[in-house]
Amino acid sequence: MKKYSIFSLIKNAFNGHKNWDVAWRDPEPKKEYDAIIIGGGGHGLATAYHLAKDYGIKNIAILEKGWIGGGNIGRNTTILRSNYMHDANNLFYDHGMQMWKDLSQELNYNVMYSPRGILNLAHSDAQINSFSRRGNSMRLNGIDASLLGREEVRKMIPFADFSDNARFPIFGGLLQPIGGTARHDAVAWGYARAADDLGVDIIQHCEVNSFDIENGKVSGVQTSRGNIKTKKVGLCVAGSTSILAEKLNMTLPIEAHVLQACVSEPVKPMLDGVVTFGAGHFYCSQSDKGEMVMGGDLDGYNSYAQRGNLPTIQHVLTEGVALFPNLSRLKILRTWGGIMDMSMDGSPIIDKTHIDGVYLNCGWCYGGFKATPVSGLTFAHTIATNEPHELSIPFKLDRFHTGHLLDEKGLGTKTWIS
Amino acid sequence: MKRVLVQKLGLADMLEIKCPYCGERSQNEFSYGGDATIKRPELNSEISDLEWDSFVYYRNNPRGKHLELWHHTSGCRRWFKVHRNTATHEIIKTLEIQEELHD
Repeated sequence: MKKYSIFSLIKNAFNGHKNWDVAWRDPEPKKEYDAIIIGGGGHGLATAYHLAKDYGIKNIAILEKGWIGGGNIGRNTTILRSNYMHDANNLFYDHGMQMWKDLSQELNYNVMYSPRGILNLAHSDAQINSFSRRGNSMRLNGIDASLLGREEVRKMIPFADFSDNARFPIFGGLLQPIGGTARHDAVAWGYARAADDLGVDIIQHCEVNSFDIENGKVSGVQTSRGNIKTKKVGLCVAGSTSILAEKLNMTLPIEAHVLQACVSEPVKPMLDGVVTFGAGHFYCSQSDKGEMVMGGDLDGYNSYAQRGNLPTIQHVLTEGVALFPNLSRLKILRTWGGIMDMSMDGSPIIDKTHIDGVYLNCGWCYGGFKATPVSGLTFAHTIATNEPHELSIPFKLDRFHTGHLLDEKGLGTKTWIS
Repeated sequence: MKRVLVQKLGLADMLEIKCPYCGERSQNEFSYGGDATIKRPELNSEISDLEWDSFVYYRNNPRGKHLELWHHTSGCRRWFKVHRNTATHEIIKTLEIQEELHD
């Protein structure tokens, strides 16, 4: 891999940018790999990267049904945060936040990491109390958090509705200063380029149709581009997890739901950082292009459609306008949907399965993007050593049997209302 | 005409759900209740932990036809079943709550 730098940029500028290398190869699948990762999204690419870099497994393939970065890594709202309450979530996601800091240097690819802060707004005394508890939990785990009053919030977002007419007046908020955003596509491309450089074969347009299982052990996969032998298979397929699990005779504590997001027309800089509305489900940040990036509730019924419909967008934007009245003057540029692998306690699953050599990474709900680096690290550990990573022990599948759930919001099993 | 166009282009349109008691209404009047095929284990019988786990947490989560519960929250406030395709959002049939699906 030729390193990207100011010098390579200048050198290539002199010959009209005609001689850049391809960022990753487009190889034919080999007959056999030491490990196969199914799913060329953020988590799959990061897992392959860490397997190759940290665990010395070089003969790896990523099999992607579509094209890399076409799933949820290209459909999210790019938010990075670790503002959780449970210790397991705090420690796991904050390890990820530390990885984001150096990710551009590590991958030699600018992921446009931008820790501008994430502000969760509170709209009642009770919510202030709850945020105070969550902030304390974060600080006990070494994560910086500040509880802001109404006037401190007003300084940050003066254009929010601070009038007497506000339906849900702003009481204050919980700020995680290190929270922020990163360029989602660049994360996929950066991991793809770095993994490819370590010898990982990224095979696109290659759908896994079934698994070869012998005596409870995996021996290969049958794909739309032929049969491939392997002893280890990692599933990183987010919304498609239940479909592949069915081929392995597994049922999972997961439902697929569509989540929509949208962006407005671009405007001049108005919002620094990420702001979430506390009296409903709406969050907003501004992209470098100036678009307001907005999201909120799931559409609220099982779906594999990768598109939602307008009542949900209307509902989410109604909340947005209640918070920021000036949003009502903007036009929506585009909306899209992605399929969330909603787990029954709202937390991810990183584990082995009942089949020797098949590993599971799923249940990210709508929070998978921020976990991309740490998910790759811990899942690679699980695949390489057959044991969970220290950070991912609480995310084993058997918690649904033992009762050690990680129900951050206390919503229970109604995944569609979370 | 509009609806035909919307369907042909695959554009986002709202669900129109036929409540078995009130008739066809827009999605906004309803709330969702999840998979309707899940059966609570019989009372007063031996229930293994695995049976209980699968009742509480495990779902078939099919891509395709899905029998599910809906509530006509802003209408008759009755629960009913909807047979719907999770890949296309097409509603195949709606049934009263006690009806079983035969097909």
